[in-house]
Amino acid sequence: MNEAVAILICLFGGLTGGLVGVGGGVLFVPALTIFIGLSQVEAESTSLLMIVLVALVGAYRQHGYGNVRVREALIIGALSPLGVWIGVTVANHVSERTLQLSFAALALFMAAQLVRRARPS
Amino acid sequence: MSAADATPDHAIWKLAAIGTLAGIFSGLFGVGGGTIIVPLLIFWFAYGERLATGTSLAAIVLIGLLGALAQGGIYGNVHVATGLLLAIPAIAGVLLGTAIQQRIPQRAVSYLFALLLVAIAVELILS
Repeated sequence: MNEAVAILICLFGGLTGGLVGVGGGVLFVPALTIFIGLSQVEAESTSLLMIVLVALVGAYRQHGYGNVRVREALIIGALSPLGVWIGVTVANHVSERTLQLSFAALALFMAAQLVRRARPS
Repeated sequence: MSAADATPDHAIWKLAAIGTLAGIFSGLFGVGGGTIIVPLLIFWFAYGERLATGTSLAAIVLIGLLGALAQGGIYGNVHVATGLLLAIPAIAGVLLGTAIQQRIPQRAVSYLFALLLVAIAVELILS
């Protein structure tokens, strides 16, 4: 039963990833902790493996549709470890609550901008 | 296509900034870089939604590989069999999602993304 729920959540995670261009980890991690019983660290690591496979298949399909700029994607990807290092350093000096609220505010701001841009004028 | 076919050299620093920011947010929150990459490609490069999400997925492959190598190689926390098995429905989902995305207006992708951002914000505020 739990496995069936995890399978459904992962299907939905992949669907979300394909629709809006994210890896799906937002859904894979809770599926792995709550329904498979992995620890948070194990779930995040295992989710990364799934994200790579999902993103690979999604990017391959999008490339076929003419929707991928490969060089740009490689530059973005190559710089991410620098960002991870900065992020971990910052996380050690700022309270987790401050970080959560800051990112929540940023997410809401970006959501408003996306809707504003997309609205037919 | 709404953006120019190639990124001019002077805009490379913006791409580097997107990559660094994506890394920062994944390092801080464990959210994938996509939540940052897609909106910034739309805001800073005027990418259409499909081009932004496709390019984001390609960047995530590299981001995820680099992260997985670090975690799997150093700490051995990856449950390979579980991950591979659950990747099957996830891949079915992404095939369906990309196919659906080609058939809906690009604007709808922005609305869906905004919804996802609001959900993430609510989750962060409540946690």
